[in-house]
Amino acid sequence: MRNKILWLFWFLVTLVGASAIAAAMYYGGDFRKLLLIGKTTSAHHQIELACDACHTSMFGGIDALQKGCVNCHGEELKAAHDSHPRTKFIDPRNADRVAKLDARYCVTCHREHQPGITNAMAVTMPDDYCALCHKDVAKERPSHEGLGFDTCASSGCHNFHDNRALYEDFLEKRHAEPDFKEVLLVSLRNWVPPVDPQAPAKPKPLTLTDADAPAAHRGDAKHTAEWAASGHAEAGVNCSACHQPRKRTRPDEWIASPGMEVCSTCHAAEVKTFTEGKHGMRQRPGLWTSRKDDFIGLFEDRGLTPMTPALARLPMEAKAHDTVLDCNTCHGAHKYDVVFAQVEACETCHADEHTQAYRMSQHNSLRDRETEGELRPGSAVTCATCHMPRHLARDDYGGEKVFVTHNQNDNLRPNEKMIRSVCADCHGLRFSIDALADPALIKNNFKGKPAHHVESIDWVVNRMRERARRREQQ
Amino acid sequence: MTKKLTIAAACTALACAGAITLGLSSAPAKAGLFGSDKDKGVSYETFTDMLHLVMASDREIYTKMVVGRLAAKHKVIKASEHFEDEKALPLPAQMFRFGSEKVASKTDKFSYQLLSLWPINKQNAPRTEIEKKGLTFIAENKGEKPFYGEEELGGTKYFTAVYADVGVAAPCINCHNAHKDSPRTDFKMGDVMGGVVIRVPMK
Repeated sequence: MRNKILWLFWFLVTLVGASAIAAAMYYGGDFRKLLLIGKTTSAHHQIELACDACHTSMFGGIDALQKGCVNCHGEELKAAHDSHPRTKFIDPRNADRVAKLDARYCVTCHREHQPGITNAMAVTMPDDYCALCHKDVAKERPSHEGLGFDTCASSGCHNFHDNRALYEDFLEKRHAEPDFKEVLLVSLRNWVPPVDPQAPAKPKPLTLTDADAPAAHRGDAKHTAEWAASGHAEAGVNCSACHQPRKRTRPDEWIASPGMEVCSTCHAAEVKTFTEGKHGMRQRPGLWTSRKDDFIGLFEDRGLTPMTPALARLPMEAKAHDTVLDCNTCHGAHKYDVVFAQVEACETCHADEHTQAYRMSQHNSLRDRETEGELRPGSAVTCATCHMPRHLARDDYGGEKVFVTHNQNDNLRPNEKMIRSVCADCHGLRFSIDALADPALIKNNFKGKPAHHVESIDWVVNRMRERARRREQQ
Repeated sequence: MTKKLTIAAACTALACAGAITLGLSSAPAKAGLFGSDKDKGVSYETFTDMLHLVMASDREIYTKMVVGRLAAKHKVIKASEHFEDEKALPLPAQMFRFGSEKVASKTDKFSYQLLSLWPINKQNAPRTEIEKKGLTFIAENKGEKPFYGEEELGGTKYFTAVYADVGVAAPCINCHNAHKDSPRTDFKMGDVMGGVVIRVPMK
């Protein structure tokens, strides 16, 4: 009898426990934290409760995980001309290499929830992964003789995926560049769109009296005044453009605080890139913590809340912890002050050494001198110059447009990505590679000269000399 | 009674299905490519020959009509290994590789690469015994006949064919003779410069 009761008890406990876990999974929200099997890597920790962002299907195995990786990072890898694409490894002739390092799948090197073995760039492989296939590299490149197995990707020479600023011919072409270029201007800062005779005429700039908000919704006069001084008024964008996006069909509708989706009607590239970086990734479409159709309609569709500094792992200002990140956090509704968004907005939240050292940096003094009219526009180097650089986008018909990427992470992994999109505007390649390989210099916001020198560029020069010598002999 | 009959019928049907399956699976491997019927099947050799014909034709046309004509003859655009950075035409070998990668991402029923005993990119040197044998064979035979072989890679048996890739236009020869990473610099027009390796997993 006693045994029977114990069995029944065991059965009930198991049933209740299993139901609780299932409910936590489906109901979503903070309960899902119970199911995390280990600390999530940085950035991913922001979306860790949207489990199916990565676990795209419950029983899909490694391919379902791969799908999750590619959903968010696929385009980025393509743009990086990935040096080790999957297609290289599904080729049967590389079967022996796959046996050593299964590079067909991202999770071979980037395992999630494994804090004990996670290195820089969320790599969970021991540092000698290059040597698994390339240990004979010195045969082809004598300069590489005797190099440590962990130096390939860690010292500013190579990257597993993105070598766009590190490949030999790139170094060859730019080996002689001086540390500081002749013209020190941020390219694209003063970009003017090409004249298009077919483009519709520019709308007339608006003034205070043109504001079309109904009296009932006018609110503080400050708002209208700020708008009148903004780029929006200058470009003919009236109150109704944002507050009454459906004015034609619903003239009585008034949206008090228009969100990201309204901004994206004109600033699509900015909003899209915002949701790709650490500031906006929680608002990326398709990240759910609970789905209505998952469990007989008991639950509601719920996504992640927007990012706040409290959720960040980098040092943040305590007083800003609860600031919610959306477009207006940095741009300020009505004012849309791009100058504030370039530095002050960042300083509101970020409290790390690199940010705090900015005001003492050479880059900031350029900014001061531009503000004072001493230097030409485009001389200033702000937080946004490097972390949210301008891109020249070209459509399939050659049409050009400049947009500001709002993915502040885009050129940081590896940081050599920054060379092409930013550093090269003013600095030589040798100087840029050295500076980005110097952690102390990064910390003090580039005050001083690089302490180390990455030799790769010298080896390239040696090979060029060797070639020239051989040609002469012939 | 009817129940017994049903069971008997079911057993017979199962037995027939079993026999048919057995028969199908024991059909000759060579013919098993597009079906189990020996007479309707295509041999591995014919299959890879046809694939190669398409690849080689497209490759030659791109080399002559696009790169040769626009880059070498009229000089209206350059062809470059760094075609993205230099806004140039992809080199014919890159064009070929992109096609091969596209195919690899869509099917595992066959795969192909352009390899050479004298590769500029060392990743394109032969890696398996059959690749070495095949590339040597086509070079020795001056591309007169292809090489066919079988090999096992990663636990799967493959039919591997190697076809000669011949220098058909001056830019091919010039670039391979002048490139800083080229291990051979005395190519002439019509030389076998490398080979197309096509692999088909065998049933």
